[in-house]
Amino acid sequence: MSSIVSRRAREVQPASRARRRHGWIGLAFIGPGLLLFLVAVVYPIFGAVQMSFFHWQILAGAVSEWIGLDNYVQAVRDPLFWSSLLNSGVYMLLTVPPQIVLGLLVAVLLKRASPTQPIFRALFYLPVVTSWVVVSLLFKYLFADQGLINFTLHDFLHLMSQDVSWLSSRWTAMIAICALGVWKGIGWSMMIFLAALQGVPESLEEAATMDGAGRWRRFRVVTLPAIWPSMVFVIVLLVIGGLNVFTSVVVMTNGGPADATQVVLTYMYQQAFKNLDFGYGSAIAVLLAIIVLILSLIQLRVFRDRSEVAS
Amino acid sequence: MTRPGEGRRGRASGTVVRYVLLVVGAAIMVVPFLTMLSTSFTGQAYVLTIPPQIIPNPATLDNYAQALGTQDFAGYFLNSAIVSVLATAVAVLLSSMMAYGFARFDFPGKEVMFRLLLLGLVVPAMMLIIPQFVLAKQLGLVDTLAGLVVFYVAGNLAFNTFLLRGFFASLPGELDQAMQVDGANAWTRYWRLAMPLAKPALGTVTIFTFLSCWDEFAWALTLIQTPDKATLPLALSLFQGENSTQWGLVFAGSVIAVIPVIIVFLVFQRSFVQGLTSGAVKG
Repeated sequence: MSSIVSRRAREVQPASRARRRHGWIGLAFIGPGLLLFLVAVVYPIFGAVQMSFFHWQILAGAVSEWIGLDNYVQAVRDPLFWSSLLNSGVYMLLTVPPQIVLGLLVAVLLKRASPTQPIFRALFYLPVVTSWVVVSLLFKYLFADQGLINFTLHDFLHLMSQDVSWLSSRWTAMIAICALGVWKGIGWSMMIFLAALQGVPESLEEAATMDGAGRWRRFRVVTLPAIWPSMVFVIVLLVIGGLNVFTSVVVMTNGGPADATQVVLTYMYQQAFKNLDFGYGSAIAVLLAIIVLILSLIQLRVFRDRSEVAS
Repeated sequence: MTRPGEGRRGRASGTVVRYVLLVVGAAIMVVPFLTMLSTSFTGQAYVLTIPPQIIPNPATLDNYAQALGTQDFAGYFLNSAIVSVLATAVAVLLSSMMAYGFARFDFPGKEVMFRLLLLGLVVPAMMLIIPQFVLAKQLGLVDTLAGLVVFYVAGNLAFNTFLLRGFFASLPGELDQAMQVDGANAWTRYWRLAMPLAKPALGTVTIFTFLSCWDEFAWALTLIQTPDKATLPLALSLFQGENSTQWGLVFAGSVIAVIPVIIVFLVFQRSFVQGLTSGAVKG
């Protein structure tokens, strides 16, 4: 045993010395990509923070004025910023739980291998790979005054006494936008949960069945703890994604009517590229990034504690 | 176990419920796509009628003829294809080189560089769009397809490198050392040994990068200003914004945009699943 270890140590040592000696080769492999990454991603991260402290002038030659925290003060006093933040929050709250519950449900239904499994998996995943612009146009059409949604709910199922003009007032428009978010996202969470479920040892579930545990109890006591890491991954990413909603709002309502459906990123975009207030737009972007970061850290803390309690 | 009859009956009814739920769910996923397809073959006069036409009558190819003819969707398709293929090729090459460097070599500052790269996974892309636009303006990349390519490559580096590094690190180092003894230089070992072995992971990365470029909207909206340089998502949104009622034409363009995605997805479904799950496990 010890002779194997020492022989391996002897073999490894010259190799690792060689690795260090050839360090410049490693740098050569990393160099081109890292350079591009530094210029096009890292530098703009600092750029966003820097710009948020200026009354930024986009025209060449114009001097940008340092205004300290004024852009942030403006955001705090701006009712439209708050209403856009509320809309983003509502979108996140209304889309994350259904994506988790329905994604998990479909994954459980699809867990057992069968000839139809790949077909269903592909159908549920289809919206995920389709461009946001295309599906947003599609939902704008479905939620049009004479669209399929009104026809189904009013003329066909008689769930509504009259047609709803979905996209012309705030909360009905938000419902349409959220419906799209859930519809497009279920396939993604399903796929992650499906992989996680297939990693749960069957012997565990069988043991629970022998102990007389019912289906729901088996799920809660055996399956859920086993897939908990995937659950945390899905929740954290969905919350981040929810607060980053942009394209569907641009295409379906463009923030209207009268800014009622602006979300944080569409409002940021409007400030920067329509009003050309790059400093204020950057401040909004930084605020959103801070909110996302804090929420992610809180979630990781809470979920880690819970998994410790569970185990 | 003690009451096999009941168990079997329970399982049979469970199977029925399972299939009913799956079929209803799948229908909800598919009906919007069928609506899109059907509308794309419908003449303007028959769009948004009550009750809706499921099979267009009369069916027409006018929308496609117009989309590819007067509306230049063929040109937008070409723009999308050029940008996506170029960006994917460069992004996969650069990120596989980085991944190999991180997995196989030691050098000062390696940890810091890798942490920096992880920053790219955490920061939402939309947050950077304003400073990236200013940067593109300074570099003279505004309103160019090159500007799309450069930032699409940069935006995909972090995730790709992260995923591929895991794969390269899992390859046995002995093979590498054996080739080194035979006098193969680092580039040969990367290109001839590591890359062929990494084909499954490279497949995943290639598909994800291609789709993210093909579907991208916000950066194209920001950077591109003349219509003939638009990619498909941008062209579709602009067209619908200007001609809000020409749904048949909008969806003919959408079908043209979606077909390559569906083909790529169906052909490479296995790589998709692998990529997603390895991302979940390691992420």
